[in-house]
Amino acid sequence: MDLSAINPVLLIASLMVAATPLLLAAIGELVVEKSGVLNLGVEGMMIVGAIAGFAVSVETGSPLLGLIAAMIGGALLSCLFAFLTQFALANQVASGLALTLFGLGLSALMGQGYVGVKPPAMATLDIPVISDLPVIGPIFFSHDPVLYFGVFLTAAVWYALKFTRIGLVLRATGENHDAAHALGYHVIRVRVIAILFGGACAGLGGAYISLIRVPQWTEGMTAGIGWIALALVVFASWKPWRVLLGAYLFGGINVLQLNLQAAGVAIPVEYLAMSPYVITIVVLVIMSRDKTSAPGSLGRIFHASS
Amino acid sequence: MKLTKLLATAAVALGLASTAMADDKTKVGFVFVGPVGDGGWTYEHNKGRLAVEEKFGDKVETVFVESVPEGPDAERVMTQMALDGADLIFTTSFGYMDPTINVAKKFPKVKFEHATGYKQAPNVSVYSARFYEGRAVQGHIAGQMTKSNVIGYIGSYPIPEVIRGINSAFVHARAVNPDVQFKIIWAYTWFDPAKEADAAKVLIEQGADVILQHTDSTAPQAAAQAAGNVVTFGQASDMSEYAPFPRVSSIIDDWAPYYIARTQAVMDGSWESANTWHGIGDGMVGIGEISDAVPAEIKASALQLKAKLASGEYHAFTGPLNKQDGSAWLADGETADDGTLAGMGFYVEGLEGDVPQ
Amino acid sequence: MIVLEKRPQPSRAWSLMTPVVAVVITMIAGGLLFAALGKNPAEAIGTIFWEPLFGEYAFFYRPQLLVKGAPLVLIAIGLSLGFRAGIWNIGAEGQYIVGAICGAGAGLAFYPMESVFIFPLMVLAGALGGWCWAMIPALLKVKFGTNEILVSLMLVYVAEQLLASVSLGLLKNPQGFGFPGSRNLQSYESAFNAELIEGSGMHWGVVAAFIAVILSYVLLNKHILGFNIRLTGEAPRAARFGGVNPTRLILFCLGMSGMLAGLAGMFEASGPAGQISIDFNVGYGFTAIIVAFLGRLHPVGILLAGLLMALTYIGGEIAQSNLGLPAAAIQVFQGMLLFFLLALDLLTNFRIRFAAKGAA
Repeated sequence: MDLSAINPVLLIASLMVAATPLLLAAIGELVVEKSGVLNLGVEGMMIVGAIAGFAVSVETGSPLLGLIAAMIGGALLSCLFAFLTQFALANQVASGLALTLFGLGLSALMGQGYVGVKPPAMATLDIPVISDLPVIGPIFFSHDPVLYFGVFLTAAVWYALKFTRIGLVLRATGENHDAAHALGYHVIRVRVIAILFGGACAGLGGAYISLIRVPQWTEGMTAGIGWIALALVVFASWKPWRVLLGAYLFGGINVLQLNLQAAGVAIPVEYLAMSPYVITIVVLVIMSRDKTSAPGSLGRIFHASS
Repeated sequence: MKLTKLLATAAVALGLASTAMADDKTKVGFVFVGPVGDGGWTYEHNKGRLAVEEKFGDKVETVFVESVPEGPDAERVMTQMALDGADLIFTTSFGYMDPTINVAKKFPKVKFEHATGYKQAPNVSVYSARFYEGRAVQGHIAGQMTKSNVIGYIGSYPIPEVIRGINSAFVHARAVNPDVQFKIIWAYTWFDPAKEADAAKVLIEQGADVILQHTDSTAPQAAAQAAGNVVTFGQASDMSEYAPFPRVSSIIDDWAPYYIARTQAVMDGSWESANTWHGIGDGMVGIGEISDAVPAEIKASALQLKAKLASGEYHAFTGPLNKQDGSAWLADGETADDGTLAGMGFYVEGLEGDVPQ
Repeated sequence: MIVLEKRPQPSRAWSLMTPVVAVVITMIAGGLLFAALGKNPAEAIGTIFWEPLFGEYAFFYRPQLLVKGAPLVLIAIGLSLGFRAGIWNIGAEGQYIVGAICGAGAGLAFYPMESVFIFPLMVLAGALGGWCWAMIPALLKVKFGTNEILVSLMLVYVAEQLLASVSLGLLKNPQGFGFPGSRNLQSYESAFNAELIEGSGMHWGVVAAFIAVILSYVLLNKHILGFNIRLTGEAPRAARFGGVNPTRLILFCLGMSGMLAGLAGMFEASGPAGQISIDFNVGYGFTAIIVAFLGRLHPVGILLAGLLMALTYIGGEIAQSNLGLPAAAIQVFQGMLLFFLLALDLLTNFRIRFAAKGAA
């Protein structure tokens, strides 16, 4: 056993990378849920984003175009969900699950020609002097742009929800859609936009895995991250900064687990691998005292009958 | 009883039918555990299938079903292939073992080939590759390429196949570098690229400058490339897109020669149940080109080791070797028997940590 | 302008019609997809839907439909009770795994003793295992108001790790040369859930699925508890005023769905699968959610939906092998089927009217 082999600075830097796809997908889902919609199709949108981004960036040679394509891909897939739940008034749980099934299949079909291809690399931030600073440099100034975008997005969503009119309308819709409707807000329109935003974020999160974190394309490569993102939103009790914190915690446990193994600590791996989920449950229990946080209309179907 | 009879009659009828009407076409079925686009295990088996098609052209028809879960689904897919007139069926995952035996009982005329298992029958062969021979060459190169004397190893699950690879790589790394240490991470997954990437990064952060992987994605290669000064080896496929550096060589699963030979045997009527465990010598385990990032003398000695393994002159587990607890395993000059290797559940002396139980 | 008008009562006619219409539309859309992949669409559709039921080897596939469909139906029946009451157990996959581990574990504990009591004991252990696993979200919801969707989902991942752990440790076959996975129960007579009539596909799990369909039909239509479940789902406030005890309802619905999922896992492990292994679970718990909705949360509907789903799996495999369709295409096809069913559900609950703009 050699715990000194674990470098806490590098551990933090790599957990930030591990957390970013989770963060992006979860922030998107947070907005969706704040509008009162539960979309369980995050995994499906992520994987479609992963292949859309991968294919476009391989074809064009531009990682940036790839990321944009990933957002479009995720959003397009979420259109299906929006149509089903907002216009056809279908059950959201079932629609979300169907979306995941469909997305996994679709991505595999799209990706048939891209197995074993290496995507163009994404540049990382490298500011002379600052990026080389001890501790601060590796943690804050040596990452890829998408990681910073994730943090920026968290801040933007927090600000928008808290201080802007759009945020107010969104929250009102999620809290009580009938009241929001009575006030003259377009409930359906707000929700569709939120769903598209969620799809774009999930797509970007997926592309982060296929273009930056791994980078390669293989079928089913998101391997359940979309589901964890769903848990994360609840874990964070629908608060953006807590999503960030939770994503780092989730990513952190995994990275720490691997670190302990590599340092030769004889840990029962299965039990440590369970721990993020057990901790989420514990946090859910603790957070559940705070009854005010969940959007009031979450998962309920809205139909303007009058 | 009824179904067995029905199936048997159907099989016999089909057997007759296929010899009578389409006798020039041999039908070969493949049952895959992952998608053919997994870039690793199933991808390589599928390449073997394509090689069979290319070799025999019109004389053969191949069919496959991908992503078949182990268990009843596999049994159904095999039965379906047999019913549809397959003459030879390759089942390419350890978990297909019992289903293969079950289905083979019902179709005595159809030949089955099960990869990596240990249960044989008159119409069921088993085959596997001595990947540990490739690991020996890897260990030999890795031991000399490392400057930090720390080699990282990403394992999937603690099963004999993986443990054998770790031991073989370690023995040969130690032989050329007595100071070398292995850091082992069990990913507890066959397939999770993101987790493999994380595992590789962690090993690099903890000082490893050579990464060996027993998982199939290129994620560790990319992580090593990002780190800049870390050596890796391709796994399952050549992963040459990361050559010449960080990927300096690779272990390639090459099923094509075997698949072609067995198909030929069915065509000739010379097929017999066999237990095949081929290594470098028979071409089932390929060593990808050793790139120029490896100094010439190391490359030369690695190729020499490869040649000795291929000719059978040298066995990758040759004594004196002790088990991890210090007890004697192989005496001087003694080589490991296949039985012990097949069920290997212990580390050799010098490795740290325990095999997870 | 199109206006949706809520029907006072869901239309019975449409509720029977929509699945048929959805299947037909899926065939058309799926045909286009298969054509785009360069396959003959009619042949592909025919292979998926016709071959398993009426093809040359239907004698083999028809029983297989039961084998594949039974766990789906069994789990979905349990889930439907909760779904009707607005209690969302989406962790059936975990309950299925734990039920299988407990059931197979109970059997293996007696190995190699032969006794008629072993199998019933395994059934009990499996049911109990699934029940206990479902009681975790149930008790947390009752005590702390924790969201059961997420707790039950999280417990799936915990159960998967538990499965890996026992496959490599506790239940590992001592004669398995160190490979993961338990002994094969198919060769342990007292614990083997064999076909009751050979070649029929009927094993105890299939019987249990049929019993579950009948009992849940009776429960929902003839029993006060069933009425309470429906009432809670349709009008929660009215239910509370009507004296329905929500705590008891939650415990009952989650416990019942966990128990049935556990049973499904146990029957699968002791019968068709034969053993516990790392990859034992193949997503029945999640697919069953879809089956429950496809079946309109109605017992008979679920039975048919489970068989339909099994048909697409089996037909899909035949299409892969015979026509070279990729597995992903089958997945997309299944996804489309769900989309169309969900979308067309609209017609059951709403009337579509064409009205002049502004008139509504």
